Amino acid sequence: MDLATFAVQLLNGVQYGLVLFLVASGLTLVFGILGVINLAHGAFYMLGAYVAYWITLKTGSFFAALAGGVVIAFIAGLALERAFIKRLYGRDHLSQVLLSYGLILVLDEIRHILFGKDVHSVAAPQFLQGSFRLTEVLSYPNYRLAICVFCLAVAAAIFFVIRKTRIGMIVRAGAENRDMTRALGIRSDLVNRLVFATGIMLAALAGIVVAPISTVYPGMGDQMLILSFVVVVLGGIGSVTGAAIGALLIGFADTFGQVLFPAAASISIYLVMAVVLLWRPHGILGARDV
Amino acid sequence: MRLGVRAIVCLLLLGAIVLPLSVPTYYTQFSTKVLILGILAMALNLVVGFGGLVSMCHGAFFGLAGYVLALSAPKYEPAALWLTLPLAVAAAAAAALLIGALSLRTRGVYFIMVTLAFGEMLFYLFHDTNIAGGSDGTFINLKPELALFGATILDLEKARVFYWVVLAFAVLTLVLLYVLTRAPFGRALAAARDNERRARSLGFPIYRLRLTAFTISGALAGLAGYFAAAQFGYVAPQMLGWHQSAIALVMVVLGGQSGVAAPLIGAVIVMGLEEWLKGVTEHWKLAEGLIIIAIVLAFPGGVQSLIDRVIPERSDG
Repeated sequence: MDLATFAVQLLNGVQYGLVLFLVASGLTLVFGILGVINLAHGAFYMLGAYVAYWITLKTGSFFAALAGGVVIAFIAGLALERAFIKRLYGRDHLSQVLLSYGLILVLDEIRHILFGKDVHSVAAPQFLQGSFRLTEVLSYPNYRLAICVFCLAVAAAIFFVIRKTRIGMIVRAGAENRDMTRALGIRSDLVNRLVFATGIMLAALAGIVVAPISTVYPGMGDQMLILSFVVVVLGGIGSVTGAAIGALLIGFADTFGQVLFPAAASISIYLVMAVVLLWRPHGILGARDV
Repeated sequence: MRLGVRAIVCLLLLGAIVLPLSVPTYYTQFSTKVLILGILAMALNLVVGFGGLVSMCHGAFFGLAGYVLALSAPKYEPAALWLTLPLAVAAAAAAALLIGALSLRTRGVYFIMVTLAFGEMLFYLFHDTNIAGGSDGTFINLKPELALFGATILDLEKARVFYWVVLAFAVLTLVLLYVLTRAPFGRALAAARDNERRARSLGFPIYRLRLTAFTISGALAGLAGYFAAAQFGYVAPQMLGWHQSAIALVMVVLGGQSGVAAPLIGAVIVMGLEEWLKGVTEHWKLAEGLIIIAIVLAFPGGVQSLIDRVIPERSDG
């Protein structure tokens, strides 16, 4: 593998890892703060992509899809938290798994009713459609570079909010010790609702930005759910920094796995997970007890 | 068991045995399917109910055994039951041993995520490679048979025979699980579920106990998967997928986790519900999802808790 090919694969790995981070950070935050395991997280990634397809089709503007999709996801997140998720706080994991599985069936069927079960593609915005020349023969699509920049900006915003703002302080405190935060009089119901809606929004956002580079298909949510579980297990539940490390690790493992060991590509990420489990069962940055 | 309970069990078993003689073939086949998934749910409940471990990869053991049948069956003649069944169960047990050894290093929600991920690893292994037709799956042309010196003893092509064979294995599974959960092994497993630290300090080898339960449970899930593949005559990666595991969990929760036979009731309810909903609406999954959500919110203890509330358990039981 020469340097330019390596650079392309490296960029692919980073881009894939950054998208994974958007989805997984939402999942890990929801678990860390709310104590709820949400299997329906991947379904919102899938719905995000379908909504992006639909709005782009109707308005012709990908940016309208981006803005519209994010707003719809946030509102849906607020409503779902109020209707269902709220009742899961303090319930056992089994109930949470089942309720969110029921939610997947419902969301999947709603997608079927609204958008059908066809595979779609979405056009990238006009000015991002070219590609960036690396060497005589190799080039890199501009849109993928734009995804990297955009995801980095979102990641920076997430870290800024968590590290530097008051709400971030509450979120960090909640992840550290849920009961103590409640005992200190933090209005946990409001924080919970915002965190859940933000998590859903991040999943949908990831679905929207990848829509132009991947096909939009019904099973995409399941695949992303599994990947983000692997990322969260690698990084440690509740840790956003852990999710970032895990996501990049999986991004590289998947990209380079496909190039270097094509035969074992589909299981390369699980091998990484198995190794990390043997080394640190609670994830790279995980606390001892969950 | 009290005399009344014993009489009810005998009556139910008798009813189950004569059932195929009194209904059309379609219902015999449907009942077979219910029993197969009942075996899967009972197997899963050994780790979920008695071990307190929410496994999300039992679909993978179920499907793997089905694939073993598909891969080991000859193309133009029936597979030998006595050879392929132990092979399929052993493969499922081996997979459960390996996945369990890694997953049981984790607890709680990590365990759910890790088992889900390893289960999906098997899904993608069959989905992305060309083993047994890749994502399209492959057919099993003829159902297995049990033959001795050239004479067919059990021919599973006959719907009634298939039903009775599956019923026999369901009863065997039930008895095995009943004995296991009442043996010191089962008591220790339940003790580790209720208070891991105390059980550990009493000297129970918790990791080994759980791994044993997980492997037995995986092997029994394989038993169910073998017959499921034989009945459908077809295996596809979806059979290994985590939706299979999730629906088995729904059966466990609906039936209730405290009794060995309770998941069987869950299987009857879920399969009956799906059958009915499919007849009523094209969007039956929407209805099924809403019902699952409603049940989780309304009855935290499953149908068992409803029965317990109506008929309070007597202390002399």
